Amino acid sequence: MSATDLPTFTDEERAGQEERLRKVWTTPSGWRYWTSVNNTEIGLWYGAAAFIFMLFAGLLGLMVRVQLAVPDNSFISADLFNQAFTLHGTIMMFLFAVPIFEAIAVYLLPSMLGTRELPFPRLSAFGFWSFAIGGVFVCGSIFFNAAPNTGWFMYPPLATDKEYSGIGADIWLLGLSFIEVASIAAAVELIVGIMKCRAPGMRINMMPLFAWYLLIVAGMILFAFPPLIAGDILFEMERMFDWPFFDAARGGDPLLWQHLFWIFGHPEVYIIFLPAIAIMAMVVPTFSQRPIVGYSWIVLAAVGTGFLSFGLWVHHMFATGLPQMSLAFFSAASEAVAIPTGVQIFVFIATMLAGRVIFSVPMLFGAGGLAIFVIGGLTGVMVALVPFDWQAHDTYFIVAHLHYVLIGGMLFPVVAGIYYYYPLFDGKKLSDRFGKVSFWLMFVGFNVAFFPMHFSGLRGMPRRIFTYPAGIGWDWFNLISTIGAFVFAFGVGVVVIDVVRPKKRQPRCEQNPWNAGTLEFISEPEENWGVRSVPIITSRYPAWDQPDLIDNIKAGRYYLPDSPMGERETLVTTVLDARPVQCLRVGGTSVVTMVAAAALGGVFIALTFHWWWITIACAIVTLGAILYWLWTGTAKIPETQDYDVGLGLKLPVYASGPASVGWWAMFITMVGDGTAYASLIFGYFFYWTIHEDFTGGHAGPGAFWPMVALVLFVLAWLLMLAARSLNKANRIRATQGVLVLSTVLTLAGCGAGLAGPYLYSMDPTLFVYPAIVWVVAIWTVVHGAVAVIMQLYCLARSLSGRMTARYDMDLVNVVLYWHFMVITAVTSFAVIGLFPLLR
Amino acid sequence: MHGGMHFHTLCHLSSSANTTYRADCCTYDRSETAISGRIRAPNQIFGRPVLTIVIATLALAGCSGPQSALDPAGVEASAVHHLFIVMVIGGAIIWAMTIGVLAYAGRTRPKPISVRGASRLIVWGGVAFPVVVLFLLLSYAVWLMPQVRPWLPGAMDGTAEIEVTGEQFWWRILYLDQTGKPAFETANELHLPVGRRTTFRLKAADVIHSFWIPALGGKMDMIPGRDNSLSLEPTKAGIYRGPCAEFCGTSHALMAFSVVVMEEVDYLAWRAARTQAPVAPQKTSGQELFFRHGCAACHAIAGTPAIGRIGPDLTALGERQTLAAGTLSNTPDAMIRFIRDPASIKPGVKMPAFGMLPDGDIEAISAWLGGLK
Repeated sequence: MSATDLPTFTDEERAGQEERLRKVWTTPSGWRYWTSVNNTEIGLWYGAAAFIFMLFAGLLGLMVRVQLAVPDNSFISADLFNQAFTLHGTIMMFLFAVPIFEAIAVYLLPSMLGTRELPFPRLSAFGFWSFAIGGVFVCGSIFFNAAPNTGWFMYPPLATDKEYSGIGADIWLLGLSFIEVASIAAAVELIVGIMKCRAPGMRINMMPLFAWYLLIVAGMILFAFPPLIAGDILFEMERMFDWPFFDAARGGDPLLWQHLFWIFGHPEVYIIFLPAIAIMAMVVPTFSQRPIVGYSWIVLAAVGTGFLSFGLWVHHMFATGLPQMSLAFFSAASEAVAIPTGVQIFVFIATMLAGRVIFSVPMLFGAGGLAIFVIGGLTGVMVALVPFDWQAHDTYFIVAHLHYVLIGGMLFPVVAGIYYYYPLFDGKKLSDRFGKVSFWLMFVGFNVAFFPMHFSGLRGMPRRIFTYPAGIGWDWFNLISTIGAFVFAFGVGVVVIDVVRPKKRQPRCEQNPWNAGTLEFISEPEENWGVRSVPIITSRYPAWDQPDLIDNIKAGRYYLPDSPMGERETLVTTVLDARPVQCLRVGGTSVVTMVAAAALGGVFIALTFHWWWITIACAIVTLGAILYWLWTGTAKIPETQDYDVGLGLKLPVYASGPASVGWWAMFITMVGDGTAYASLIFGYFFYWTIHEDFTGGHAGPGAFWPMVALVLFVLAWLLMLAARSLNKANRIRATQGVLVLSTVLTLAGCGAGLAGPYLYSMDPTLFVYPAIVWVVAIWTVVHGAVAVIMQLYCLARSLSGRMTARYDMDLVNVVLYWHFMVITAVTSFAVIGLFPLLR
Repeated sequence: MHGGMHFHTLCHLSSSANTTYRADCCTYDRSETAISGRIRAPNQIFGRPVLTIVIATLALAGCSGPQSALDPAGVEASAVHHLFIVMVIGGAIIWAMTIGVLAYAGRTRPKPISVRGASRLIVWGGVAFPVVVLFLLLSYAVWLMPQVRPWLPGAMDGTAEIEVTGEQFWWRILYLDQTGKPAFETANELHLPVGRRTTFRLKAADVIHSFWIPALGGKMDMIPGRDNSLSLEPTKAGIYRGPCAEFCGTSHALMAFSVVVMEEVDYLAWRAARTQAPVAPQKTSGQELFFRHGCAACHAIAGTPAIGRIGPDLTALGERQTLAAGTLSNTPDAMIRFIRDPASIKPGVKMPAFGMLPDGDIEAISAWLGGLK
């Protein structure tokens, strides 16, 4: 579409449009400010909270360094030391490294993709509040001497020993499960946002690299976090009810936890690292003043890294006595991941070579980070070799390696990102001088702190020791490390000062201060609407290649320049070609997300202290809040189906099925849910492989009741398919009747599912076999209970006239849930009912 | 709380009267060593001119203590040390090259290179070069695995099997006879023959621990419910130190053991002395007090009625290098302090404090225990 086809508005018309848009997208004032769900606020709070948690974890790290500065030190007690290093790792991983990218992504993506808002702003807000509550709960525990003290990896049997770990392990398990919920919520938001909410014309091969990376990372979160959630469930069942999943004396195995933890834990490293590379993929082209060289190379490399990262977990377990054949396989896979990583680094170098580099603070941090990261990568290649790892594993060599990887590969790029993107926040640049000072303090301090650890490690210094004897060959290395750590901390302090120092008198910079080629700098700090109008994109670097684009966007000459109905609106486009297909109305300011998060937080916190009644009360409030949120905020029947979005285009406001964002969110959530379920089934078969007779002579649930449950769930699913068709045929009464019948069958199926283990008196505390059967049955039945709630919800929507033949999104999404439900039920009951017969 | 703690360092044990093995890591006579012929000694590559950074690295690596993987005294440790040096040299070159190209790319240049040239850099630098290097390195390491840790039981020529059990926070050591039956028990100190492969069976009593003697080879976890094994072949006599390498609780830092590597003849003599029907130690008031105060409920001493299994075996305690699993030097003073209040030295230890006993009693017990040979 050429510029001459674009509409021109008079100044008055534009003022009116802006007035209405501003009103719709306004951020509430007073205490209600905190009920905002807009991406700029949520992103900012999310980022600030993550950064504060990072500073706190940094202080814990300094405590650790002070204690280790000299041999036989008594600065802190052994127990406090163990809490400090556990929290340091836990906070850095779960409360900083992952959330900071969710924050940056939520903040940047809408404007970068040329859209108003991500599809589920209230879900983002819910995620943020869950994160904040969970984070404060986990961090605060150390002030009550109750922090987890078993290392961030929580290996049983140490971490299942209640006498040793006290309440700390429960705080870790439940607090972090809660935060994992937030991460998965963010993953859903990011995946649907990136796939379905790009500006028209931004085909998938035109997406900014940042969006590609975040799409990959969100996908990884979806497959990496659920195994940990499954592990957490088993772990907490052992701690709360003495179900012996990891107790060798009763058929359990501590190694199952290690597998589940590292199936999560290794992809986690790349979940942290890839978004940092994503920032560099935005920074490098800008300061090379040319498009990236090798766009397809870097995208493929990122995808490859994501895939490979799931096949490496055993390299954390080289010393556990697994067969050497499998060690060799995982060693090869671990080496292979260096190749896509190398490609990404060389793409940046090639881009710089092919452009004219403008040196700036973000580039300084980027290049310094790279110099550090490459050392971490090279030591990574070393420790991926099995014989070397047998020596280096669990020593300070690994401490050095992981900090080189994470600080070089993640923290430095993040600081580069802060300097690069700060103008988006208040239209001003951070100081070059502060930037350079902080860079050199951080760079030198970091290397002084962590380089000597390679040597102390190979000289035999194990990780996680609170003291060490003099004269063993570690004294000087440790003292130097501690001095370096403080220099490094000063450098971080300078960054903080630069960010928080008052900048009232500083003049505003230009809106696109670095002359970036991508769209994120069109976002104006004063306006909340993301983009003034949703543009048509024809290039990977539209700000460079599409003349007048920014002026036209600001003049409201593209889609959705107005908000006549007073709704928050954005465009939904197709996944590959980004053709506009729907005008989506997104949720606005609401307190319900906060209430839901607080109540869910209450569930997890009360569980930690075994306050059962409070747990139940909070669970009911959570359910109520979520139902209220869905009932009032989603699947609203619109006033019109042909809505004029501008430029002569009319789009539906309501969509159902795969065309709708809700369907995708359900699908993605259930993929994550299915992954957690698959991890439990993996556990079942893991026990089968390690035991001669995995039942240990204990009775199974029989075949009869599991088969009854299986049949009932299949019938209930078939009825749901029928309900969907009947509703589509506008046979509303019949639909309602079938829904009731299906609900009854589901309830019966739940009862039959529990009948097997119950009637055969399977005692889950005696041996691991009854315990794992119970867990599989309970998981399935809980999903059945959720299905019942959904069925009743659809029934209520239908009875109240909010769900009709034309507007059937609720039912279609519930049927999608049921597809996963029936797979779960058939698998569960076939496995627990029939598998024991095959032995 | 630990201000008063005094750690014993094995480096300084060379003056210790009860061993003829000099532990000072820098003074081994290299002619005595019997490095396996299959694997080249690391010093064979020193002759070549190498980068300054590598020399500096090696300088740091020399004479690095009784617990150092950089001062190898075993077949596996030597092979891995060699691998490490190869990797450090290669890694340093790769790092310098990469950062060199990056620095060049960041400089102001008269003319940018073509996109085609830049893409070629991605293919050669980012794909081809790493593929070749990683393939070679991986082949080397995978080839090394069965060399240093033979897979098949037949390939393990060790006859002296030792069972080591990790406990919070000490090591139960059970020497086995030819038929695999227990021969005698000890704690926190291993004696091994030089030049011969010894196989260990590794167990855990409570939580996961990890058995590691850096000077001899890599580590192996001890996991409840799993039987792991490891074999090591020392090539140099001497005294080494092994820490617990898996975090195991409050005093994980204070769980180490001594390894005395002896010539085969000496080792056989030591073993024979231990295996013989134990001679009852000289009766003293210390012994009487040991039994009266219930120490025997937890500790065993061969040749006496003490057969407790909860704590470490104390047979021939006077001969050991250290007390409390590598935490204290073996002096009467240290022993008295430990008996009085073990938790102040080793937080989380299971042994109760005996500070309520009269000083004289504790001194007598410690004198008797210290005299056990």
